[in-house]
This record gives sequence, C-alpha cells and structure tokens, in this order.
Amino acid sequence: MSKIPATRQGHRPVAIVGFSQNHSVRSDSTSNEVEMLLPVIHDVFDRAGLTKDEIGFICSGSTDYLIGGPFSFVTALDAIGVWPPKSESHVEMDGAWALYEAFVRLQEGDLDTALVYGFGKSSLGDLDEIFNLQLDPYTMAPLHPDLVSLAALQARAVIDQGLGTEEDFARIAARSRRDAMNNPFAQIKRDDDVATLMSEPYLVSPLRRHCLPPISDGASAIILAAGEKAFDYAEHPAWITGIDHRIETHAFGARNLAVSTSTAKAGAIAGVGEGHVDVAELLTPFAHQELIVKAALGLADSVSINPSGGPLSANPLMSGGLNRLGEAAQAILDGRATRTVAHATGGPLLQQNLVCVLEGA
Amino acid sequence: MANRVAVIGIGQTHHRSKREDVSIAGLVREAAQRALDDAGCTWADIDAVVVGKAPDMFEGIMMPEHYLAAALGAVGKPMFRVHTAGSVGGSTALVAAHLVAAGLHQRVLTVAFEKQSDSDAMWALSVPQPFSAPLLAGAGGYFAPIIRAYMRRSGAPNDVGMRVAVKDRLQALKNPYAHLHLPDISMKMVEESVLLWDPLHYLESCPSSDGAAAMVLGSEQAATVAESATGRRPAWVHGMAMRSEPTMFAGRDQVNPQAGRDCAKDVYAQAGITNPRAELDCAEVYVPFSWYEPMWLENLGFAAQGEGWKLTESGATALDGGDIPWNCSGGVLSSNPIGASGMLRFLEAALQVRGMAGEHQVEGARKALGHAYGGGAQFFAMWIVGSERPN
Repeated sequence: MSKIPATRQGHRPVAIVGFSQNHSVRSDSTSNEVEMLLPVIHDVFDRAGLTKDEIGFICSGSTDYLIGGPFSFVTALDAIGVWPPKSESHVEMDGAWALYEAFVRLQEGDLDTALVYGFGKSSLGDLDEIFNLQLDPYTMAPLHPDLVSLAALQARAVIDQGLGTEEDFARIAARSRRDAMNNPFAQIKRDDDVATLMSEPYLVSPLRRHCLPPISDGASAIILAAGEKAFDYAEHPAWITGIDHRIETHAFGARNLAVSTSTAKAGAIAGVGEGHVDVAELLTPFAHQELIVKAALGLADSVSINPSGGPLSANPLMSGGLNRLGEAAQAILDGRATRTVAHATGGPLLQQNLVCVLEGA
Repeated sequence: MANRVAVIGIGQTHHRSKREDVSIAGLVREAAQRALDDAGCTWADIDAVVVGKAPDMFEGIMMPEHYLAAALGAVGKPMFRVHTAGSVGGSTALVAAHLVAAGLHQRVLTVAFEKQSDSDAMWALSVPQPFSAPLLAGAGGYFAPIIRAYMRRSGAPNDVGMRVAVKDRLQALKNPYAHLHLPDISMKMVEESVLLWDPLHYLESCPSSDGAAAMVLGSEQAATVAESATGRRPAWVHGMAMRSEPTMFAGRDQVNPQAGRDCAKDVYAQAGITNPRAELDCAEVYVPFSWYEPMWLENLGFAAQGEGWKLTESGATALDGGDIPWNCSGGVLSSNPIGASGMLRFLEAALQVRGMAGEHQVEGARKALGHAYGGGAQFFAMWIVGSERPN
C-alpha cells in the first residue's frame, strides 16, 4: 500500500522534496552569480537533509545574455562544488525546464535524486535591449519593439476580445502585492487599492506601471527524488503527477495573442482539470497574462492564484518559473494543500509554456 | 528499465565559412529535412524537438530556438534548448535520447547548429565579465598552455600535433560535407602556417564554420518502422554519459580531466567495453586543436598515460591503415560549426556503424564512440553506438 499518488502519464513517480529561493531584489550589486547561488544551494540541501554526494543528476537554467558574456552557467556550477565530477546538464531556458530535464532523467530508474537550480541577474543590463535580441532576427528585432510595448499589444488583444479589463489588471496587481506581504522573499509588498492603481498614468496604453513586474535578481533551487526515496527527504513530498510543455510560433501575427493554446495543451496533458486545484502558481509577469493562462488552464475562480505574490511581486528571470514550481510544491510540503498547479513560460508573449500538477498523498 | 534508443535518421549541411544563401532557419531546416528523409518520416511524425547551440552571442540572438519553432516543425510540440558550452552538440543528442529512453516519445528530432559568420566567436569568448579578469584569448589561447603542459609531461616530440592536423585534413577529403578540403596538406604546410598560440599553428586549429547537424532518434518500434520503410538499418545507442567538473578548483588536472575519465568509464561500462582500442572500431572525438588527439587518447583509455602521442605517431589513428581510426570525417579540425561540432561527432559515429559513411567508412564498423567536450575541458558528453541492438 503506497502513499504515492498515481501519475497521469504513466511516469515513474518523482517528487519535489526541497525548495529554496533567495530574496528577490532590484539589484544584488555585491554578489556574482556563484555568490547568489551558494546560500540557496546550501539551504535546499539542509531542507531536504541530504548532501551533494547523494545527488545523481544536476541540471540548471540560465541565459548568457543577462550577464552579457558567454557561459554564465560554467562558473555557476562552482556553487555546487562538483567534485568528484557529476552528471550535469544546462538549459538556456528558465529553471523550470531544467526541472523537466531532470524529471525525464529520473524516469529511467538508474538515478533517484536530482538537484535543479535557476538564476539570473536582471540588474546588469538593459532588459529592453536584451530581450529585443530574442525576437525574429530578420523581421522583428530590427524594428526594436520594447518589452512593455509588446506586452501592451497583448493586453489590448485581451481587452478587445472581451477577456478582461484594465480594472481586472489592477485587481490582479493589488492582490499580488498584498499577498506578497506574507512572503519574505518577495520584492514589491504593498496594500494598494484598485482605485489608486487605476489612477496611475499609462506607461504604454493599456498598461500602467502596476501591470508590469519588477526587475529582480534572484536564484532558486529544488531537490527531486523518485519513488519511496522521496520519503527519506520530506514528510509530505510534492509528487509530480502530470507535466508537459509546448511551444507556439514566433510569428506574433500568426497567433491570437489573447489565447494561450500551448498552455491549454500542456495543461490538458498534465491533467490540470481532473481534480480540484488548491493553489496555482503562474509565471505571468504582466498582469493581463494571468487572465490568459488562467483561462487556458480552465482554473475556477475559487483557485488561489499566486498566493506567493507571483511575478508581479518578484520576477527573477530564469528562476521565476522554477519559483512557481517551488511555491506550488511548498504548499504541499507544508501540508497547506493537496493538489497544486505550477506554470512557467519562455519566449516573448507566452510563446512557450510548461504546466505541472503536484499532489500530496 | 530504460527503453532502447536508435538513431534512425541523420542529416547535416555542407559546412562552409559563410552560408550567406540561407537564414539560420534555412540552415537548420536543411539538416533536419535530411534527417527526416533518412528516417523515412515527415514533420508530423516527430513528437518533440531538442535544439542545441553554443553561446547565443556567437550569432547575437538570444535563445534563437524561439524563432526557430516553426522552421523546425515544433509548433504545438515540446521544444527544448540545451547549452553546455562546446560539448553542447553531444549533450543535446543525449537529452533527446533520454526522452526516448524514458519512454516519453517515439521520435525526437534533435538539431544543433552554429552560424559563426553572423558574429565573431573570438569576440564573444573574450568580452570582459563582471567580477573576473578578461582572458582576451579565445579558445586557442586558453588551451595552448594546457597543451604545453601535456608536451612537457609526456615528452612528446614537437611534430605530433602537426601529424594530427595533416591526418584529419586528409580524411576530410573523403567527406563531402567537410568545410576544409585541403588536397595539398602536408607537414611542411602546417609548420609554415602562422604560429597562433605556441605550439599551435594556424593549420592546427579548427576553422570557423556555418553548419547544422540533425538526427531523428527513435524507440525500438520507430526503428522497426524506419528500417522497413527505408531499408536502412539504425544505429543503436549502447551507452550515454555526461560529466562536469568545477572551474575554480585547485585539484583539477586540465591536461587529463577527471570528468573525462569518469565519463568514459561510465559509457564503456554501459556498453560492456573493457578495452576501447580493441573493442571499438572507430571514434569521433572532439579535437578542435591538433594536440587534443594524443591527450584524449590517454584520457579516454585508448593509450596509457604519456603514451597517446605514440599511437598518433605510429599511424594507429589514421583511417588509412590504422587499427583504431579517429575522426574519419575530418573531425572538428575540418568542420567547426561550434554548437553542432559535438553532434557531428555523435552523428558520424552512428553513420559508421550503419555502414553509411561513404568514402570515409571504416569497413565493417560495428561499435563506435562519439565524444564532445566543452568549457575549460570540464564538460563531457559521450555515447557508444553499435550496429547490433543492445541486450
């Protein structure tokens, strides 16, 4: 008689047994990436009660362009101290996808544990300049649309299609900032009323400042364990009972920007709708994106969305998605929830999305 | 418990210094389409796409896989992006292979590329980084002192590197996809080329290439379907391993890295190999600078410590007459689309055991090693492929 819930896609059961994040800050000017990661790595090992020598596989997520140099993950590995050498890999994606790679690696049965981490120092450069380089290099990047203007196009599509209003955006921001007051790791913590937020001038219509995420430096780490082994490290492991990710085209004109078909597909495969959801942690850095992802996942109004404060309160690039997985798992690890959903995104305007369902026993 | 993995389709571009006739999407699509054709399948048959490339600054595009989603038929599918420095082409193939081994997918398309002519790799490798002293040397400047340490340690004669440079370029003449075709290559020509980083001459260094590599990796069932459709047999994965070691650690031996030795040990154990020189028929090993052949011969257990250069000197690693030919395709020394260079090693090993390597085929090859390394010789990815289905 097993305490492990059934997985939806026939996967070997794998659980999140430890999560650690550092305090998101506008600029961590005294630490390099290794120094930012070190406390998080130590803390996650302490929380799960194991050492690096017990880890079978390591995977990380980061992007070179934030630091403006090649191989930012290379020295970051020094935060672990991989000696003797370890089986290790890196994705140029949010740490959520590093978790996916580690999850896949644990399916084969020869390894039982993995360390996953993500990190990013958004404060080092100009994010509009940097993320412009992520657009189609031949047809879009030369036009140099900035991050906020692109998001505004998407927000406008949401409004035009009757899927949300500017007041909805403000309500989402107010709720996120208020919830963040209970999250020691969040960056923007305020008790704002919607009317005050609505009185802000437009930054780029229809977006006001509160519709935007803060700029954050941050890092986080997760320990995965498979099968019965998970109970060695956590009393209430957060089991991954469904996980999938999908991508859409890069051509903005070929997408309905107000709808996320990739989230809907990944969510259906992960089985989001096949049970109640206590908590959903969504990587929706612009307020209107929460409406898009919530609709794509078919989440009821009763679902608690981003009780951590979410990306509108702290938006560490490349670990933000991993944080959603961590926060959704922590609710189960703490015994506060039994079934949670985590979402991560990559690429411009929700181009690529990952959805994970986590369950307690 | 892991499922068997087969290489059922292989494709690559003709590697050139500048592919101005195609966009990046056109470049990767060319390799991918060839892999699909070889596998006898269409874009619709692919379940997931795994892309790899070296630092994004090599083209100046951040996470270019997003822009490539449509070109690689990934819309509506899972798409994944790997980056593990120079080893990335190999790591990318392994990440894709694990998706099949884990039983998640039937057919995974894996693609690696570099379009070096879009930017400047020397610049991208040398930009000053916060909190660290700039190297300003590129890869050759980084590895040259390590090579000199090897020469001193092993007592190898000065001309061993030049022999590798000549051998690999002669072998490249038999590979129509290779970037460098130098029919007049000779020891004298290498020696008279500019000394870039002592002891490395210009012709002992890899070129800068535009190019892409692609494979369709399939389950046992997918392999059966592909073979009956195309009549071409698959290569079977007999072992795969990755190892990494830290950068700032005084206990490292960069001449003979522990991570490389451990990775080889792991992959040999999986494939049941105890004597790689005797039991493998050939190897495609990441040799971007000539001297890395003798160094990796030792690191990978083909020769005892300090003896690698003797194998090279004796001609043991030559396609023509050697008992353990290395880099029959011409290797990284003849084609270097950086992000794809590791995958080319993996792919060429698979071509050999499928008997499809054309003029550079090792007759009757049944087992081959594919190898890639990256960073400051600290990231390793390897696989062993065979003509027979593993037990």
